[in-house]
Order: sequence, then structure tokens, then C-alpha cells
Amino acid sequence: MTKFQINRRSLIKSGAAIGAGLALPTIFTSSARAYLNEPKGGTVTLGFNVPQTGPYADEGLDELRAQELAVQHLNGEGDGGMLNTFSSKALKGNGILGKKVQFVSGDTQTKSDAARASAKSMIEKDGAIMINGGSSSGVAVAVQGLCQEAGVIFMAGLTHSNDTTGKDKKRNGFRHFFNAYMSGAALAPVLAKAYGTDRRAYHLTADYTWGWTQQESIATATEAMGWETVNNVLTPLASTDFSSYIAPVLNSGADVLILNHYGGNMVNSLTNAVQFGLRDKMVNGKQFEIIVPLYSELMAAGAGANVRGVYGSMNWNWQLQDEGSKAFVKSFGEKYGRPPSNSAHTCYVQTLLYADACERAGTFDPCGVVDALEGFEFDGMGNGPTLYRADDHQCFKDVLVMKGTDNPTNEYDTLEIVEVTPRAQVEYAPDHPMFAGGDLGACNSGA
Amino acid sequence: MDAIILQILNGLDKGSAYALIALGLTLIFGTLGVVNFAHGALFMLGSFCAVTLQKILSLSFTVEDPTQKDFLGNPLKVDTPYIVSWFGDATGNAILNWSVPLAILFAIPVMLLVGYVMERGLIKHFYKRPHADQILVTFGLAIVIQEIVKYFYGANPIPTPAPDMFRGSLDFGVLIGFAQNEIIYPYWRLVYFLFSAVIISAVFAFLRFTTFGMVVRAGMADRETVGLLGINIDKRFTIMFGIAAAVAGLAGVMYAPINSPNYHMGMDFLVLSFVVVVVGGMGSLPGAVLAGFLLGILESFASMNEVKSIIPGIDQIIIYFVAIIILLTRPRGLMGRKGVMEE
Repeated sequence: MTKFQINRRSLIKSGAAIGAGLALPTIFTSSARAYLNEPKGGTVTLGFNVPQTGPYADEGLDELRAQELAVQHLNGEGDGGMLNTFSSKALKGNGILGKKVQFVSGDTQTKSDAARASAKSMIEKDGAIMINGGSSSGVAVAVQGLCQEAGVIFMAGLTHSNDTTGKDKKRNGFRHFFNAYMSGAALAPVLAKAYGTDRRAYHLTADYTWGWTQQESIATATEAMGWETVNNVLTPLASTDFSSYIAPVLNSGADVLILNHYGGNMVNSLTNAVQFGLRDKMVNGKQFEIIVPLYSELMAAGAGANVRGVYGSMNWNWQLQDEGSKAFVKSFGEKYGRPPSNSAHTCYVQTLLYADACERAGTFDPCGVVDALEGFEFDGMGNGPTLYRADDHQCFKDVLVMKGTDNPTNEYDTLEIVEVTPRAQVEYAPDHPMFAGGDLGACNSGA
Repeated sequence: MDAIILQILNGLDKGSAYALIALGLTLIFGTLGVVNFAHGALFMLGSFCAVTLQKILSLSFTVEDPTQKDFLGNPLKVDTPYIVSWFGDATGNAILNWSVPLAILFAIPVMLLVGYVMERGLIKHFYKRPHADQILVTFGLAIVIQEIVKYFYGANPIPTPAPDMFRGSLDFGVLIGFAQNEIIYPYWRLVYFLFSAVIISAVFAFLRFTTFGMVVRAGMADRETVGLLGINIDKRFTIMFGIAAAVAGLAGVMYAPINSPNYHMGMDFLVLSFVVVVVGGMGSLPGAVLAGFLLGILESFASMNEVKSIIPGIDQIIIYFVAIIILLTRPRGLMGRKGVMEE
């Protein structure tokens, strides 16, 4: 039997050995940081935050359909959709990093506080590793801020305000959708060609962040083409009847009305403007025209015949004939019996882009995902060659100029593509004045 | 001057909707003493009567057209309304085109029934409860009705156009001595104003010149005494609830071409209509109509650029601002009666 004795020398040796042993894993694994909601089992949870109640519920439903389809494709179910056309081949249809993808959904109600609450709940209670979706810039800015604070990635849905990737940009937030500046840059040359360079425009603008940036963008772009801005009238977001705002347009000397409205506001203001016979009027020797800078398929359907011949812009449309768009329309159409909207497209693409970034980064760590997405160039997702610019996390790609179809042949035939404006025409410098004032800050992994 | 006349027309048009809804609200409050927060939902249901009739008349059979393709590249399914197939292109399309005016006939029995069921099924159980309970239950009912409509029709607005002959605008200025194209106003909005004037007059005439109306007015003044005379006043008040629902419904039917109906439109009008009722004087039918038109006109004037340049944002608060002033100077509203809601 040996006698166990402790002396000073053996104590120092043992202490040094144990200390080195404890330190070893930290030395070799210092880059493998823990992060919020790190997936531990065989699944990873994505959070889809879309309007399920309120005026944009139909748009939210379409986003949710697309997100569900994206999850199926990521898990190797269905026909794979855009996974077959995506230029990056990191996704194999076996989930993300080998983990099966599942999702939870929240209801933004198109209200900033409700959207933040539902995103918070998905992050804290359901363990969502990222948040995707939404149909409003106010909501996008609010949820982007929350995700930055919490330490998860935010892949924005339909948000068109310059501020989302301008003064309110965040390192953890990414926008695939185009913005108000791009709408102006794409639309103005087409408008000048269609209506001439000597026009006087009257703006009605929704009184909130998106409306302001949309008005500034389209006014700047059209003024650069020679148009004059006669007036800009801010209308309350809660307005339903725009007749008292439209009546003054009649005798203002303007020959163009630009409706910086979206959703129900746009449907009502356009309907009211057409009722007042604006499009039948001749002013300054020219036919009076109406323009809606930002379109969606649902809005066009809501406006009915009033939208015919009215110019606007979109991020994407199901009528595009590139391979990516055709693959997505086929998958979506066969599953749901209808073509996808452009908000559905952006949410679908954002989900795949996030998953692809995780695969390429080899981690779900938000900081790794940020590194993988910044400066990422890709193709095959319906918008031509696209760049996720590192400076502001804005996607740069082709933009569509649309017009209300004059003779629709079916219920989905509401808008037609007038021009695919090339990416180069809608690009701008990261320090452009319309996007000034923000700072991406540092990425936050929630550790 | 032309701008002022245009805003007066606008105000009368807006006021028409406010007055019709407020009239129904006041009828219910005046007869049953119930503060009905579901009244906006009845207005919305009226609009959806127009949508429903449009959908019924548009019921179609489908034929595949191999010469055209749908968005998936399959042969296009072309819908042909039965009504066009039965009556021919001209008559069938004319019926479809006039679906909104036809919806008036459809909405009257539907809304009377809705009002009757609502009153017998729910509201009558709250007659003796405090106004706060009535507000809560009717507000809850409004949300339920909204969600049911959303379930069946979706959240997106549904275009419900006026007949072709009422599309476009009237050169109103020429009629009153102005130059051409100075004051133009949409035909359908003028129709809406005239329609509301007819409905308001009909309600007043009904209450004034019929025995039924006389009993109802007597019941509004002293319910107990009328009951003691052996008259079943409750039954008459239930019918009045149905009539109030029908008035709100008709206001909604005719409003459908002005703004595409959506499930939330009732809530947009509800708060404003309550302000109208309070400003007009709780329980006063002429007060509700007067306040409806007054506030409609004021709201229109407040939207003028000249006014907004002096007081920015006035268009958003004008109705509430005027309501405060009127209630401070005339606490019972413009034509309120003593003793109403003052116990």
C-alpha cells in the first residue's frame, strides 16, 4: 500500500498541470463563441414575423406561405424551387448545417410595438435564431433595432423606406427589398419618356417615415428630369377618404399627381383621384396623369380598374422569365394555386440567403452570418446579379418599372412590366445624403 | 371661391356618411338607451352586402381556353358569369354593372334581419346594465363581426364600382356660372349625397307621419307610460333597431364605390360618428344630422392647403377640437335634450 503524501513541490506541479489543462480548451476554442439561441439538438428554429391581422393580413399571409415554402425547400421537400437556380451551391436540401429547419410565426399587426413584442417572444420563448418578414418600414426599423439589441439576425421583408438601410441601419439587419431612392431612379427616366420633361407634379404623401423618404426620392429624381414640384401635402396615415386632399389638385396648375401612399391609403387615394376625373382632364395642354411609385399585386387588385395605365415600381414580379423566377412561381403556384406577390418573393429569398450564409460561415453565430452576407454577390434569385453591400446591408439589383394592365385577361393580370431597370442605374454611394446619419455599429451575437 | 365651393361639396358628401351612421346610432340610443359600438360594423356589413351581391351575380362556370395560358403555362380557365350566359351579353353585363344599386334591395332585408337578431340575441340582455357594459359588449361584437368578414373576404379591399353611367365627374361649376373644369365633382358622390338626403328624410317622415313612428316617439319620451297604455313598446323598439341597422347598411352599400370595402372600414367611421352624436346631442335625431354635415364640412375645410399652412396638422384634430368647444359651451351638444345621460 502506497502512502499518499502532499509536499510543496508536488502541489506546485499538480496545480500547474491542472491549470494548463483547464486553460487548454479556451486557448484552442477562443473563436467558437457562445451566441444567443445556439441550436443544440437536431433542429434550428426560424422566426417569421408577418402581419396576420390588420389591413396587411393578406400580404402577411402571402409572406408566410413563401416562408413555409422556403423551409420545405431547405429541408429537401418539394421541388427545391430557387435552390436549383441559386448561384451559391452551399445549400444541399438537408436543412441548415445538417439541422432540420422548423419555424415559428408571430403577428406584427403592422404596429411597431406589437411587432417588437412578437419578435421578442419568438426569440426568448421559442429560441428563434433569426427573424424574417414584415410589411411596413416602421415595423422593420423597430424590429431591426430589437434584433440588434437581442443579438439575432433580422432579414427584413417588405420595407421600402430609405431609412431602413440609411439612418436606421444596423449590423444585424439586412434588406433584400429595394428602396424609395431606387424607385425614383428607375421611374423618373421612364416617366420623362412617357410624359415629357415639362411637367408639374403635385404630391400627396403619407405622413410617416416611408412616405417622407418616398416623396423626397421621387421628387428629386423627377426634378432632375426637368419636372417641377408644385406642392407636397402630407396626409394622415389613418385617412380613408382623400377627396378633400384631391379637390385642391384640380386647380393647382399641376398636370401630374404622385401618390406616395401604400396599402389601403393607396387604394383609396387612387380610387378617389380617378373618381374626381383627374385622368380625364387636360391641364397645361397635356393629359393629366397619376403615378404610384410603389406597387404591390394586392394593392393593384384592391384598386381594380382604377390602376389601369398607372406607372409604378416593384422589387420583383411573377411575370419575369428568368430561371429563378420561373422556378419560384412554379413551386409557389403548384402549392398554393396562385402566383406569389413581391413581398412573398423577398421573404422567400431572404430565408434562403440566411440559410446559405450559415452554411458558408459554418455557424449560426450572427457575427459569422453577418460576415458571410456582407459583400455577398449572387444570382439566380429572380433579380439578376445581386450584391448585399457591406456598407449598409442593402441589396443592389435590377428594379422593375410597372404599369397597370390596360386589358387584363385574368384576376392576376393587374400589372405589366414596362422596363427592367438595370442595377447600375439605381446604385448610389453609401454616403448619399438621403441615407446619411446612420451607423451599422458592431454585430451582436447576444453572448 | 371655386376651392371653397369644392370643399363645401366635399363636406356635404362626407357629412352624408357621418349623418347616416349617427342617425342610426341615435335611433338606437334614443329608443333602447343602448350605446351601440357595433354600429360601424353594421355600416361595414352594408358595404359587404354590395360585395356579396356582386359575387353572387358574378358566379361563373369555367371553360378551358387552350389558346391562352395561365401563369403556370396550363390552359387558361376562362370564367363566364351564369347571368351573362342566361341573359346574353348586353343584359347580363348591365345587371352586373348595376350590382351596387341592386344591392340596396338585397341589403334591406339582410340588415333588418341582422339588426333583429343582434337585438334579440344579445343587446336585449344588456338593457339594464351600465353603459360601460353595453359599450364593451357591442365593441366586442364589432370585432367578432369584423373577423368573420375577414375570414370570408380577406383583408384586402375589394373593388365594387358604381354603374358606368355614374363614373366620371360633373362639371358643377358650369351649372353655377363658373368657367369649365373649375369645379368638377364625381357623379357617384353627388348620388350619395342625394341618397342620404332621401334616407334621412324618409326616417324623419316615418317617425313623424306614421302611427308606428308616433308610438316610437312617445316611447322615446316616456317608455313606462306608453307601456302602461298596453302598447308593446319593446317590440317596436326592436323593429327600430332593425331599421337603424338597415340605415347603416344602406349607407354602407352606397359607400362601396367611393372607397373599396374592407373589413376594417366600420371602425374608421365609428369614433367619428360617436363624436357626431355627442356634438349633435345624445338622443337628438336632428342634432345627429346637423352635426354630421357640420363636422363633415369643417373637416373638409381643415384639409385645405391654405388652412394647413396657418395651422399645420389641423386636418387631423379639427373634429375633436370643435367637439371640445361645443361641449364646453353647450354641454348637451347642439340639440341635446335635458336629462339624457345625465343621471
